Formats: sequence, structure tokens, C-alpha cells
Amino acid sequence: MGRIPAGYLANRITTLVLTVVIAATLIWIIPRLSGLDPASAALGRMASGGGSVENADQILAQLRESFGLDQPLSMQYLLYVWNTLTFDFGLSTASFPTPVAAMIGNALPWTIGLMLISLVITFLIGNLLGALMVWEHTPRIWKVAIPAAMVFTSVPPILSGLLLMYIFSTQLRWFPLSGPYGLNVEPSWTFDFAASVLYHGFLPALSIVVVTFGFWALGMRGLMIGVQGEDYTTLAKAKGLRPRYILYRYMIRNAILPQITAFALKIGMLVAGQVLVERIFAYPGMGKLLYDAILTQDYPVIQGVSFVIILMTAVSVFLVDLVYPLVDPRIRHGA
Amino acid sequence: MEDRNAAAPETAAPDMTGLSRAQLRRMKRFENPWLNPKLLWGLGLLLGIVALGILGRIFWDTEMVFTGSGLPRQAPVGIENLRGQVGSWAHPLGTDVTGKDILALLIVGAPNSLYVGVLASLIGMSIGIFLGFSAGFIGGRTDDVIRVGSDVMITIPPLLILVVFQAAYGDISLTIMAILIACFVWQSPTRLIRAQVLSMRESGYVQMARLSGASTWHIMFREMLPNLVPYLFGSFIANVTTSIVTAVGLEVLGLGPQRIPTLGRVIYDAINSGALIQNLWWWWGIPTLLLAVMFIGLLLVNLGLDEVSNPRLRRL
Repeated sequence: MGRIPAGYLANRITTLVLTVVIAATLIWIIPRLSGLDPASAALGRMASGGGSVENADQILAQLRESFGLDQPLSMQYLLYVWNTLTFDFGLSTASFPTPVAAMIGNALPWTIGLMLISLVITFLIGNLLGALMVWEHTPRIWKVAIPAAMVFTSVPPILSGLLLMYIFSTQLRWFPLSGPYGLNVEPSWTFDFAASVLYHGFLPALSIVVVTFGFWALGMRGLMIGVQGEDYTTLAKAKGLRPRYILYRYMIRNAILPQITAFALKIGMLVAGQVLVERIFAYPGMGKLLYDAILTQDYPVIQGVSFVIILMTAVSVFLVDLVYPLVDPRIRHGA
Repeated sequence: MEDRNAAAPETAAPDMTGLSRAQLRRMKRFENPWLNPKLLWGLGLLLGIVALGILGRIFWDTEMVFTGSGLPRQAPVGIENLRGQVGSWAHPLGTDVTGKDILALLIVGAPNSLYVGVLASLIGMSIGIFLGFSAGFIGGRTDDVIRVGSDVMITIPPLLILVVFQAAYGDISLTIMAILIACFVWQSPTRLIRAQVLSMRESGYVQMARLSGASTWHIMFREMLPNLVPYLFGSFIANVTTSIVTAVGLEVLGLGPQRIPTLGRVIYDAINSGALIQNLWWWWGIPTLLLAVMFIGLLLVNLGLDEVSNPRLRRL
């Protein structure tokens, strides 16, 4: 990392910290502005569960204290920021008294797993197809098929998810309708379990891949058009190198670099889309957690999930910004 | 998309005997870049959806968006549902489990989605144009603040902040939803315009205008803005797509306007009532397809605009 100048690093770190703090602040301010009282909401839930509540005033006062609502606003805010940065989001109000952090801890691996797999597959397929759109030796059928498949690019993954689910789960019954793994396997490090997870994760991942590969393909196409006209490509051709060799070693290798930046920015949008895919496939990740929390009006969980997803996005953008110059020596920091 | 065939002759060895028909057609296309087939097809699809909204209100009873307008679970015309009832012309696209007419829902819902997208994108663009010009033209401290601000905001996925907002406030109107979404779609136009303004600032005609004593305002909006129009159009359409995706996402999560029919809301109701398992495909499938058509239309318009503003892309 010795090659990264301090000014650039400071700049990136400032952006990262600002992003996280602004996101945390927005998440804190918005419910406060609505005049919603979490203590009376909790009391209301108690009342709806057990009929009437005795000593309501005392319970309300106690709840206010345990939520920290008796403190001045500035103290509440500082306390909140500190807690959030240490991943202490308080207790879930719907499944009281489970800590929100524990619920997120259970959901996070599913989300990250599904996201990484679909992101990597899309990146590979999308860039390869984008390159093939420009390459002069691509079979003609591909030149027609790829742009036709690209019309799905703009469709949000929830729509593709619904269609795939209908065709492959309810009609053909090739894939399970929902859930992360089969009912007959126990979560453990066995082959059966892994196979079941992959089998169940296939449709959710596919519904994301189908609608996102076009984004990469389009970008790659533009970059390849640039590379195609370069002198070194002409020279490689003149030398009589095999076309396939030129495609992989000369063209794609040079064209793919700017796509890596897009990779980072895309993560944020992908996670947001995946939230909805998880919801329809009942996949036990952050999206399902968020949806269930919305249904039960569980604000600590909603805030915690939103914050963690934004944090993930910000950190990945930060990391890619740092790694990118190492991949592409032509880029100079701070330029 | 017909011009796909034109790509094939180009990949073959150059033919010296004369120009092929495809090549001639391609040359003709350079005469007026706005007659781009992708652009026209995309606009056609979008106008079709607008026409559905307008004509539907004239020729169809939109009161049927309410519960109990017909028998529940009716299939589209000529198709039998699980109970053996054949769909009739009273409800050409069928009904949902509470007897709402699907066609009426589409007529009312589809324009609502477009409205949210266009309004949010217009507001976002206006903010983006203002900030982008300020950052690129004034520079210095202003530039730093705007640049860091848009860097920060571009990382935050709008859907999540809006989920927090909606969970706290409950029901909101379409316009409020559009304004909220607009708070998250100004960043990319800001960045785009800033970069363009920075490169244009040094160009000859801007220097000339400055030397002849034109005001900053004049240079920004009369000299530079017209050159940005193709970029602005592209950015606008991309933002409409983002806004509609966000709005539909909120609606499918059961948030968003509660009392106005929207396509996302119809899909939410369908998923929640187990329409997938009950094989009521028309209930969720038709709104899904209509949304897909809307997004494909927007994508085609965007691709077409790209080709208009960047002739190098027209080769394919």
C-alpha cells in the first residue's frame, strides 16, 4: 500500500466516514421527526397482546428510561451514534428481547453469500458477452442473441424473480419454491447441506444475474470498441496471433479495468434489489429481516438492517477505490 | 432493433465491389441521428403505456379498481380458472381475490408509476444541473462541498432510507414519494455535468464569451447548457428508471401510497395472498409484464440517446 499517497487516502477515508455518519443520522432523525413514540408503541403492542395493561403510566416511564428517551436530544443522538458504530442496535421490539445485532448476525451470511455469488457470476458473464458483442470473430447467432437478451437489463430483479419462480418452481417444479435449504437437512458442514443450499439459492441468484449482466455487457461493449481501434490490437493481428488469444490477452485485459470501479458502485444497487428478491423467495437474509420488521413495525430492526447494508456498500466502495490503482498502474491517485 | 442485421456485413471481409444495402442504409441513418430505431421503439412502448392510461379512462370504468367490482378470481377472457369458470368480457384481464378488475388496476396504476418516475427525475435533474454547474464553474470550496456531498450520497441506496421514512410515517401520496425519491437521484447528473463543465470551461467558445463580457449566468445556461442536451436526456431517462425501480420496490414491500392503486401494490397484494401457489398468474403476471415493458421502453430510449450523442456506438 506504499504507493497510495496520504492525501488521496485521507480524502477516501473522509468520504467513507461522512457516508456512514450521514446515513446513521438520517436513520435517526427520520423517525424522530414523525413524532412517533417508541415507548407508547411498545406499550401498545403489550396491550394488544395481553388485553389491558395495569399501571400503564409506570410502565411507560420505565420504557422511556430503558429506551433512553428521558435524556436530552443531543445526548440521545451521541449515544445513538456511539451504539450504532459499535453495532449495538438495541433490542427488537417485535421479538423482544432478542438483540437486533444477533438477528442481523444470523441474516448477514445468507445475504453476503447470495450477493457475492450472483455478483461474480454476472460480472464474468456480462463482461464476456459484452466483449463478444464487439469481437469480429463472434458467431453471427451470438451477435443477434446477446442484444436480444439485454432487454432484461432494465427490469428490476423482483420481476424476474417472480417470473422465474412461476416457471421453474410452481409450473415445472424443478426448483424449490422458497427457503434457504431443504427441510430434511440439518445446517452443518456436510455435502448434503451444501448441495441443498446451492439448489435453493439457484433461482434467487439467477433472477439477479438475468437482469444485471446487461449492465456489464453494455459497459464492456463501449470499452471494447475503444480497444479495438488501438494500435497494439492491430499489431497483434498483423503478427498473426490466434484471434482467441488476442481477445483474451490483448483486448479484454485492457478493456475490463474501468469495469472494476463500476463493480463497487453496483454493489449498493444490487443489495437494494436483492432485499426484494429475498422477500419473494423467503430467503432468510437481510431483505427478509427488513420485510418482517416492516410488517411488525419493529423500528430497531429496520434501522439496524438499513444501517448495516449502507455500511457494507460504503466499505466496498472504499476498498475498490484503494485497490483499483494497484490493478491499473496507469491510474494515478488524486489526479 | 432491426439494425442488428446491419452488423453482420460489417464483420465480413470488406467488399470492394460496392456498398451493400446495409451499408447504404447505415449511411442514410447518419443524415438524421434522431430517427434512431431504438429510440423510436422505446418511445413507442412508453407512449403505448400513456395511451393505455388515457384511452382506458375514456373507454373503461376505472371505478372497478375497488373491492367487489366483480366475482373474485376470474381468469382473463377465454381461460378457465381452477374452479372451472371461464373468464368473460366483463373483466377481460380477470379479477383478483377481492374482485378488483385487473384491467382497471392497470389503467390507473401504470400512469401512476410513470408519474412518480418522471416527477422524481425532473426534480433530481434540476438539482443536478444547478449543483453540477456551480461545482464546475465556480470551483474552489463550493466544488469541494458539492463533490464530497455527491460522493457520499451516491453510495447510499435510496430504498433503505425510504423504507425507514415510510415505516415511520405510514401512508404518503404519490407526489411526496416522488419528492423523497428525488433526494437520491441528483448525484449522478451532478457528477456528469460537473465533469462536462470542467472540460468545456477551457474551450474556445466559452473563453470567447467570457472575453466579450458575458455574465456567468449567460455563459452557463446560454452557451454551455445547449451542448449538454444529449447527456442530460440520457441521464434523465436513467434517473426515471432508477426512480420507478425504487418506487416499485417500496410498493412491493407494502409501503408507498396505501389508497391509490399502483402496479407495485398489486404485486404486493398478489404475493401476500399466495397468488403464485393458487395459480392466479394473471393477477401478478400482467402487472409484472407491463412494468417490464415500461423498463424495456426506457432502456431502448436510453440506448438510442447514447447512439445519438455518441456516433461511435452507431456501428452495431
